[in-house]
Amino acid sequence: MNISADHLASPDDTETLSRLRDRLGLAAEAAGLLDVAYTTIDSPVGPLLLAATPQGLVRVAYGVEDHDRVLDTLSQRISPRVLRAPRRLDAAARELDEYFGGRRRVFDLPLDLSLSAGFRQLVQRHLPDIGYGQTRTYGQVAELVGNPRAVRAVGTACATNPLPVVVPCHRVLRADGAVGGYIGGTDAKQALLRLEAAA
Amino acid sequence: MKPPFEKVVEQNVSVVLRVCRVILDAHDAQDAWSETFLAALRAYPELPDDANAEAWLVTIARRKAIDVLRARKRQPAPVGEVPEVPTALGVPGAGDEDLWHAVAALPDKQRHAVAYHYVAGLPYTEIAGILGGTSDAARRAAADGVKNLRKSYLGAAKEGAPS
Repeated sequence: MNISADHLASPDDTETLSRLRDRLGLAAEAAGLLDVAYTTIDSPVGPLLLAATPQGLVRVAYGVEDHDRVLDTLSQRISPRVLRAPRRLDAAARELDEYFGGRRRVFDLPLDLSLSAGFRQLVQRHLPDIGYGQTRTYGQVAELVGNPRAVRAVGTACATNPLPVVVPCHRVLRADGAVGGYIGGTDAKQALLRLEAAA
Repeated sequence: MKPPFEKVVEQNVSVVLRVCRVILDAHDAQDAWSETFLAALRAYPELPDDANAEAWLVTIARRKAIDVLRARKRQPAPVGEVPEVPTALGVPGAGDEDLWHAVAALPDKQRHAVAYHYVAGLPYTEIAGILGGTSDAARRAAADGVKNLRKSYLGAAKEGAPS
């Protein structure tokens, strides 16, 4: 019989470790060290990753974006102090649940738009002006932000929206009536439009 | 590129607890675990990208475990402090308690060397960096520790086992 790591590994148990990790999230928040808190939720358009800084919700990501890559990007662009800590996302998770259940038309959440800058951020700030169940074309949004010739730039701003669903880039369509591209895939975009049309 | 801290926790969650557990009892080890990861989170942005995160965490864990140990020695009388949640560590049957007692009875340097090498999987050169001294000395301490464990733990097990 050998003394090996297996013997000394015995006192681990999954429940204890998961409780310690939960406690770490709370302690990090209390110490002001939780630069990015995240969680994942289930939704009718697949698992969504929600991430927030102390300023507000900073990222909503579809499964097709690869959540590990999204977390790597948050670590690089905001801070490597990233922890799974669902509590900060409680309000966002609740409002999204209400939205997908057809019981919420407007999101009332503090947002952190620091992942986008300049014209893209300007467009993203204006997207919530398009009401629930309505749609606009990329050209109309360009006019809305006072730059009617910037149709392609509006398309880029929608495609790089860090807060899909909450910032409703899904309400922007192509001028020919086609649904157009979407960060979560065309199926997800159509699902959101159907949801809003039915309510 | 520096991975999100959550990944560092994910990869080292048990190693750090094991290192703390070699030095402390189950409840104190959990406190040291929390202190370790909180301190690591604070310092993480300054950690060089190519650093060995596990070795770094083991170093912090050792320091925090010793802090907890010293704090306990300063207040030897129990103060009726009750853990918020009953511990699942150290429950009879949940782990090999005899082995843990045997490990706890080792001389300090042997215990640490055994923990860092056999539990944390660190090479002797890094253990020497943590304990001070040469890597040969670290290797000897670990070897002596295992020899002592064979005597105290396996010896006792043999005596107690039905033939």
